[in-house]
Amino acid sequence: MAKKLKEVDVVLVGLGWTGGILAKELTEAGYKVVALERGAMRTTENDFAVPKIRDELRYANRQDLMQDTARDTLTIRNNPSQEALPMRRLGSFLPGEGVGGAGSHWNGVTWRWADTEFRIRSLYEERHGKKYIPADMTIQDWGITYAELEPYYDRFEYTAAVSGKAGNLRGTKQPGGNPFEGARAREYPLPPLVSSLAGDLFSTAATNAGFNPFPCPTANASRAYTNPDGAKFGGCQYCGYCERFGCESNAKGSPHITVIPIAMRNPNFELRTYSWVTKVLKDSDGKRVTGVTYTNTLNGEELEQPAGLVVLCAYAINNVHLMLLSGIGAPYDPVAQKGVVGKNYCYQTGASATLFFEGKYFNPFMGTGGLNARTDDFHTNWDFDRGPFGYVGGSTLTGGMTNGRPIGYRPVPAGTPRWGKKWKAESAKWYNSAMTVGSSGSVMANRYNYYDLDPTYRNAFGLPLMRMTFDYKENEHKMSRHMAQVINELSKSMNPTSMNPASARTDPWTVVPYQSTHNTGGTIMGTTPATSVVNKYLQSWDCHNLFIMGASVFPHNSAYNPTGPVGALAYRAADTLKNVYLKKPGPLVSA
Amino acid sequence: MEDKGFDRRAFLKSAVAGSAAAATVSLPQAADAQKPAAVAPAGDGYTYFGPDEAAFVEALVDHMVPADELTASGTGLGLHIFIDRALAGSWGKGDRLYMQGPWKPGVPSQGYQLPLTPAALYRAGIAATNRHCMKTYGKLFDHISESEREAVLRDLDNGKLVFDDGPPSRVFFAIVYQTVMEGMFSDPIYGGNRNKAGWKMLGFPGVLAVHQQNITNFKNKKFPGEPMGIADMS
Repeated sequence: MAKKLKEVDVVLVGLGWTGGILAKELTEAGYKVVALERGAMRTTENDFAVPKIRDELRYANRQDLMQDTARDTLTIRNNPSQEALPMRRLGSFLPGEGVGGAGSHWNGVTWRWADTEFRIRSLYEERHGKKYIPADMTIQDWGITYAELEPYYDRFEYTAAVSGKAGNLRGTKQPGGNPFEGARAREYPLPPLVSSLAGDLFSTAATNAGFNPFPCPTANASRAYTNPDGAKFGGCQYCGYCERFGCESNAKGSPHITVIPIAMRNPNFELRTYSWVTKVLKDSDGKRVTGVTYTNTLNGEELEQPAGLVVLCAYAINNVHLMLLSGIGAPYDPVAQKGVVGKNYCYQTGASATLFFEGKYFNPFMGTGGLNARTDDFHTNWDFDRGPFGYVGGSTLTGGMTNGRPIGYRPVPAGTPRWGKKWKAESAKWYNSAMTVGSSGSVMANRYNYYDLDPTYRNAFGLPLMRMTFDYKENEHKMSRHMAQVINELSKSMNPTSMNPASARTDPWTVVPYQSTHNTGGTIMGTTPATSVVNKYLQSWDCHNLFIMGASVFPHNSAYNPTGPVGALAYRAADTLKNVYLKKPGPLVSA
Repeated sequence: MEDKGFDRRAFLKSAVAGSAAAATVSLPQAADAQKPAAVAPAGDGYTYFGPDEAAFVEALVDHMVPADELTASGTGLGLHIFIDRALAGSWGKGDRLYMQGPWKPGVPSQGYQLPLTPAALYRAGIAATNRHCMKTYGKLFDHISESEREAVLRDLDNGKLVFDDGPPSRVFFAIVYQTVMEGMFSDPIYGGNRNKAGWKMLGFPGVLAVHQQNITNFKNKKFPGEPMGIADMS
């Protein structure tokens, strides 16, 4: 029997970006907040100091900062007819663990998702007709608008030290920025990063092709910065150890240097690390939650933490898992097409070409998380007519590299032997003289891409693993074919000495190699309880004092990285909790 | 701080000079000087591999990374020691590997599904490859010719080689390839990439990476300097 602790106002499950934002905001508003984090404490001084942190083997290959799959993982299959098997070690995606979560080891790329995402079904039906959307494509409008989120995007960008160039200031297009972005109230807090040679070559070619390149917006501080809360950032050193590593210069927008230390200085806040939440507890009437059960993994003791408000702030996958384990909301059933928890799991896709330029020096080791140029012409640009290509969604194009770490990055022309003298010579010849042009593509929700609990495999706590059923569908194949063609034409126009062309991604999704840690959906937001788990304020339709943060609330995935709306939605939820909900608890939207 | 009676730098200088003098003195009689492999750096003993396995791995890394004007051989770079240490350590013993059954082969998109730790997979794969070599060539892998070795590695890589009672050959070769590359390009602190030769071969400058000015000053220019490793900065 779990030992019952004294009730607190708020319990947060997980302490990364969203948990950190809520911890700061709610403790400042006077509420007693406890954060339960399954991993360890992490600080720049102890965990990210040079030279220890510059260890590619330990952090990039052995994944030292990531979730330990020996204790908890998922089972994986491509479709419901397969038997799911455990992802026995991390590969395709890398959920974080520990204080700061993935926010300490992300690249920093921060986008403002637009109404082309939030009104996706309406927009496509208006332009292309209802039949254009395949019957098994379960996309839906999100129930929010860009205008509602704009102040919160702004707040997150200024908190996280995002460097970039505005493309649309209060409705006026700005040269050098993304012309397709929504209107923003003011510029980015920091100017763009220095452009690399690869970014220059890509931008020139993209401009010549009639596209609109701009510097990637990213939480890599282009110079020293103090955010509105007083958190201090160093300027980015372009060290090439960004994603999968913590930043020793405090130049990467991370919760462990911004919102979390502010919360920790507040006496209303208590952090408990090594605290693994196994269940959210429902009241007997099922209309409220009463707290959580967790295990102290330092001694195995099981504890119950009662709370007036429970907020799930873990990695997107783990939020969904906890909902399924807790039996809150109806689990999604793809056959009957009923239930909502686990529905609309989405991922991302892409294609890329490697270009070899004899005599050029790209110095790929001088890099950082968002050091590249982008175009949005095939993505947020709603003037791009998808009709002739027959797909829903879009892709951003990217030119440039984020790092040149040598275990992972050694480009050679296709056909080069994989070992021996020729392999050595080609590796040496091209390491410094290659660049990539690639795409990041959206994935639309599909009836058969979902999560549920695995019937066979269990985690270290004896609980069922979550089962992920996912594959790319014809919609994504069509988009990948289109993008491979665009990438190859653009790359040829750059006149490389040779190139490894992009090929369309049409094979099944595989659990290896690494692809993207942009897993979305499972506890999606929407306008009715029949089609979503949370409302537009991220409040559970079932239990009004349960809120869910993170990308698990996204009803589909765009080509953009998810952290911009993850941060903005968390700030918006914090405002709603402080100003409305906690003053008068109850459903914020009537079902 | 003032040095009193002991100049560490001068001592180091004289020690280096002394060893050079000693080498000069012994040169005329040192026929062994032609066998550089005999002067293995300190700490080269094996902690995981047995003698047959060690012979296999040495032949393997020297074949995959032959000595040329770019680098020393695989053993000269310490790749065999890197692999031995990696397998003896926590990663080799299955750290972070989900090891609960039931065990099923699954489909390739489901990734690694064997009930073997990396160390056990290596051991089983070496034994199975050696059995194949004995059956086909009448010799162990480390005794067959260079062209025979090349053929064996290619058949492991493309999965043509089918072990009767061992792990799938491709799965074995995947871990072989992974560890050879890790040994060649990881920080020298792990025993491979000796003298940072793997990094020098590519032009990777290592862990000292303060490039805020360099990214502009060295745009489309070769970045000079010797690479630095973790030990150089510690």
